[in-house]
Amino acid sequence: MMSTMTLDQAVDHALGQAMAADERIVTWGEDVRLLRRNLLARFGTRRVRDTPISESAFMYAGIGAAMAGLKPVVELFMIDFAAVGWSAIVNGAAKFRDFSGGRWEVPLVIRAGVGGWYADGGQHEQALWGNLAAYPSTTVVVPATPADAAGLMLNALQRDEFVLFLTPKLFDAQMMEYLAGDSRDTVNFAEVAPADGVRGEVPDVVEPIPFGQALTRREGTDVALVSLGVGVHRCLEAAGRLAADGVSAQVLDLRTVAPLDTEAILAAASACGRIVVADEDYRRGGLTGEVAALLLESGTPAKYARVAVEQTIPFAPHLEYAALPNADRIVAAVHGLE
Amino acid sequence: MSPVIKRRRVAPAGFDPTRAYRMMTRMRLVDEALTQAWADGLVPGEYHSGIGEEGINAGVILHLDDRDAMALDHRNTAGFIARGADPQALMLEVLGTDQGMNAGMAGHMHLLDPDLRTAADGIVGASGPLAVGNAIASTMLAPGSVAVAMHGEAAMNQGMLMEAYNLAVAWKLPVLFVCKDNKWSITTYTPEVTGGTPVERARAFGLAVETVRGNRVEDVHAAAGVLLQRAREGKGPGFLHATCHRPGGHFEGDGLVRLLKTPGTMAAAWGPGLVGGVTADEGGSAGNRAAGMAEISKRGAQAARDWTLGARLDPLRAARPLLDAGVVDQIEAEERPVIEAAIAHARAAVAGRGTFGTRKAAK
Repeated sequence: MMSTMTLDQAVDHALGQAMAADERIVTWGEDVRLLRRNLLARFGTRRVRDTPISESAFMYAGIGAAMAGLKPVVELFMIDFAAVGWSAIVNGAAKFRDFSGGRWEVPLVIRAGVGGWYADGGQHEQALWGNLAAYPSTTVVVPATPADAAGLMLNALQRDEFVLFLTPKLFDAQMMEYLAGDSRDTVNFAEVAPADGVRGEVPDVVEPIPFGQALTRREGTDVALVSLGVGVHRCLEAAGRLAADGVSAQVLDLRTVAPLDTEAILAAASACGRIVVADEDYRRGGLTGEVAALLLESGTPAKYARVAVEQTIPFAPHLEYAALPNADRIVAAVHGLE
Repeated sequence: MSPVIKRRRVAPAGFDPTRAYRMMTRMRLVDEALTQAWADGLVPGEYHSGIGEEGINAGVILHLDDRDAMALDHRNTAGFIARGADPQALMLEVLGTDQGMNAGMAGHMHLLDPDLRTAADGIVGASGPLAVGNAIASTMLAPGSVAVAMHGEAAMNQGMLMEAYNLAVAWKLPVLFVCKDNKWSITTYTPEVTGGTPVERARAFGLAVETVRGNRVEDVHAAAGVLLQRAREGKGPGFLHATCHRPGGHFEGDGLVRLLKTPGTMAAAWGPGLVGGVTADEGGSAGNRAAGMAEISKRGAQAARDWTLGARLDPLRAARPLLDAGVVDQIEAEERPVIEAAIAHARAAVAGRGTFGTRKAAK
């Protein structure tokens, strides 16, 4: 059986299923009792906790709790706020399993909103997943649909590893109300929020989706468009326009930045001979450069281009839209390879 | 029979109530214009209004001169206006044009103006260390000047702010930390996630402490004056604890505020999920579930109690007895056209914009 859900509902659905099956799973973060009120009503105050605005302490505490036998899902409104407590990620959660010689797991999930398209400015709209994926023993998930969000979250909760679970805020109805003011009937995000990302069919009993397995969202033969999160939908939009120009574009949804499905990327690049990486993260030091290195190291002959963020994300909506990897930029990058 | 005469308060020496009231009126008019623009769909993203904080802003900022620095938090537009920002340039920024004071890069949360030596940061607690850095520079480049950090009580659970207090005391810096205590951490009730009190904490660090009701601008002015004078004289940093209220909630459209104003709509939106949670086959014990529901109800009640800006708590209304008859109306009559012209100009600048996430490139 399937039900239609928004992406945030799908994540909570999977989390609820896992919490019912595993009493060790707890969740805490800023305003979590309000944001996750349905889980609060179902599992009570011991397992669903509000934190003060103390990222460095409540993120690091997640590591301690994970090492002591719990499976915490530590939530942040947005990954930008994790920067306040970055040491918990880079010096703690990513390291302790390795420091212990593999003897001590850190089954911590950090759940955070990510990305833009709703005009919240350069301190509240970053992706940062390329940076996060640099750290060892770290899994970085960015779902593009509600069904994937549910399956990937369940997988995170059934494993004993450190996972950064990044949900595009554009697809999170509650975050859009909170942060974009979507409670106003005077605004409308329909034109930028792809319907398939916001809402979709989710199994009533969720099955885990393994990490590191990309999914082809659209078949094509002339160029491979590679992305994740909102970018997948921008690529689909671009592919539709390219088809009108007689260009057949494949769209590959990576689903996780780490582990990276290198086989799928190389197969798509080989088959099409041209590859464009569309990334909502910064151009420097991120996923787009990683894919370029992958192509070079493997000796795969494919023309390559990238569309990513090259500046501080502006607040003004028209400037913001131009700075992000929109379909116009992706189409232009593809034409640039001809 | 003699008529009942409402007793007027006498302004303390050194405090200019007319100047303070004009500053507060301007802040209120700007925030009213911006919250209305937000409701009309013209302000993108979040908007944290400073309505309810005017007494604190005015009471502190009246003491500052051109050499002093200010670090503000996410609720900063009122502070910028009081510091002297041009309302039209600010509104053009907040409405999301590229003609505003920061060329469309900032929005309301990240306003910066080097001419005013004033910077806002949307990261909670960051105003503290920013002010500390400014104060270090003050001691070396502009002795006698001060740096002011505006922050909420919730920011006092942020490590970097506590570290900033310590640095300020250890290095005896000319800083004033102004704690605007509205009792809410976004939409979590601060006392429930906080050990001790703001004043106890500040004293423990060795900060010189003054406490005031933030709705009494003359009291804020007097207390801030004591602390700023000490700081200017090199006697070390201060902490001003000022209570206040936020009638609009954390930001415009706050779900808890809507729960209070449109309970039917919100019950329809939240009800099914909550019922689903309480009645799900697998979950916590009945006791745990009841405790969860009680928690949600309690928060609604706390919000109802705290977020009503009655006459007693409104810093503008509280200041009127300090003024001569007619002055209030005169200030309003002088300020309102300026702010109305500014917002009309900003609204016109975005008139062609359908909504956010616009696909149109800059004209």
